[in-house]
Amino acid sequence: MARAALGYLPALLAAALVVYAIAAGGYFVALAGFALIYAVFVSGLNIFMGYAGQASFGQNAFAAIGGYTSAVLTTAYDVAPLPALAAGVAGAIVCAVLIGYLTLRLKGHYLAMATLAIGLIVYEITVQWQSVTNGYAGISGIPPLRIAGFEAASDRAQLVLLSALVALCMGSAWLIRHSRFGRALVALSGSEEAARALGIDVARYKLAAFVVSAVYAAVAGSLFVHVVGFVSPEVFGMNMVILGFTMLYVGGIGTITGPLVGAIVINLLPEAVRGLKDYQDLVYGAALILILIYAPGGLAALGWPKRTRPARADAAAKLEPASVEP
Amino acid sequence: MTGRGEAILETQALCARYGEVEALRNIDVAVAEGELVAVLGPNGAGKSTLLRSIIGLVNASGIVRFRGHALPPRNPVAVARNGIVLVPEGRGIFGPMSVAENLQLGAYVIGGRGSEFERRHERVLALFPRLKERLAQTAGSMSGGEQQMLAVGRALMADPQLLLLDEPSLGLAPRVTAEILETLGRLNREGLSVVLVEQKAPLALKLAHRAYVMANGRITAAVDPRKIKSHDELAQYYLG
Repeated sequence: MARAALGYLPALLAAALVVYAIAAGGYFVALAGFALIYAVFVSGLNIFMGYAGQASFGQNAFAAIGGYTSAVLTTAYDVAPLPALAAGVAGAIVCAVLIGYLTLRLKGHYLAMATLAIGLIVYEITVQWQSVTNGYAGISGIPPLRIAGFEAASDRAQLVLLSALVALCMGSAWLIRHSRFGRALVALSGSEEAARALGIDVARYKLAAFVVSAVYAAVAGSLFVHVVGFVSPEVFGMNMVILGFTMLYVGGIGTITGPLVGAIVINLLPEAVRGLKDYQDLVYGAALILILIYAPGGLAALGWPKRTRPARADAAAKLEPASVEP
Repeated sequence: MTGRGEAILETQALCARYGEVEALRNIDVAVAEGELVAVLGPNGAGKSTLLRSIIGLVNASGIVRFRGHALPPRNPVAVARNGIVLVPEGRGIFGPMSVAENLQLGAYVIGGRGSEFERRHERVLALFPRLKERLAQTAGSMSGGEQQMLAVGRALMADPQLLLLDEPSLGLAPRVTAEILETLGRLNREGLSVVLVEQKAPLALKLAHRAYVMANGRITAAVDPRKIKSHDELAQYYLG
């Protein structure tokens, strides 16, 4: 029991920091808010990369679809935030199905490069399609999120709402992981051939994981624009990809709470070293390296006994098929 | 065939290639209901490719019939749902998952829960008590022998009508190998049809009703194990 409690300690600490931010207010609220939005984004990435063991450098594309759909519908067409979010998610699903159907036949580095290209393409669209996105000038005046009559107008109210959404997100990630669907995803990350031999339709599950991941990304994108009130192409650029990866690996790829832990740590770490002025980047980088060396499974996996550590994307036994033709 | 029963599996002119190399050349094999058939031969003979072709994991031409019906080519999902399960070479267990989850995945076709799942689960844990002790343990942290038990147990969770095993003794200590093969023998005596690919021919021949010997992608001999009196005689089948 004590060991199990220790396993959840990083997540409990992360949650405590959010509660502190709500109580303290000010700058911490903004920091915590961004961390929670990224927790949603990284949860989706975790499903595709952590559970299913695939590579994606393009989830920012779906965050852009969700964010810009919300921004355009709420500012240009006076649509309420929640239906606009739903529309963004629907758009991301359609795009994910089309893109996934074409690219998920690729594996490893090739899939990673294809998804990177998708992210770059969508970024260019947000820059060039100025009649809709306003290019680099961006879209301002995006209203705050409103759910069931509750408008998150203040920073604290936004943080409370975001906390509830992230809790929902973590809960759904847990449900997915412990469902037949989730087990099949982890199976195909271990060995696609062994998974097929058990009757798992690997292609269908990869596509489903890609679409689910896109949904989380679209929700995160929409949340971002409603919290900040402004969107421009740089919001969903390569920086989002790099941050997302960092948060995923520092937090714990394949774990349930890793995305939250990673998002909080990576958002707070720069603030913790800000006082070091010229040395802050050096210390930040060193801290990341130390975390990855001494917590290779991520911070969220630290408290778990090795033998029962939650599943990660790296499999102990792989069965690599040879390519055969009749 | 020995006449034990109707043919549960037949292949007809099964061929497969790896690039320019012919891995299987016109393979015709048959397995009767309730038989344990061994497939023997040196490295590179095509034994693993034969099993993977039957399952549909590789592109192969020719026909594979299960209970008289042709199986759809290159469709392992359909083959698994028909009741043919492969325990792959190297075990193919899902290392990051717990023993319990690996077993649950074995029953993927029936959804991994319910009374039928519980029945199969109890049966597998009775066959392999060591798995019961390690249900929460991640499969990748188990010993080779335990992983092999898990691989076989996971396959049995699918309640197969035909079990294909690819070199289950690979990398295992003799004592563990004997334990696993003894369990296989028991399952076969209870009615499970088995195709056993093995490099350790004497072990396989102790269990098998019949054996095929393969070399260079072909069947070179069909053997009655009871008629093999010595290692030299067995070697002759390998050497042709």
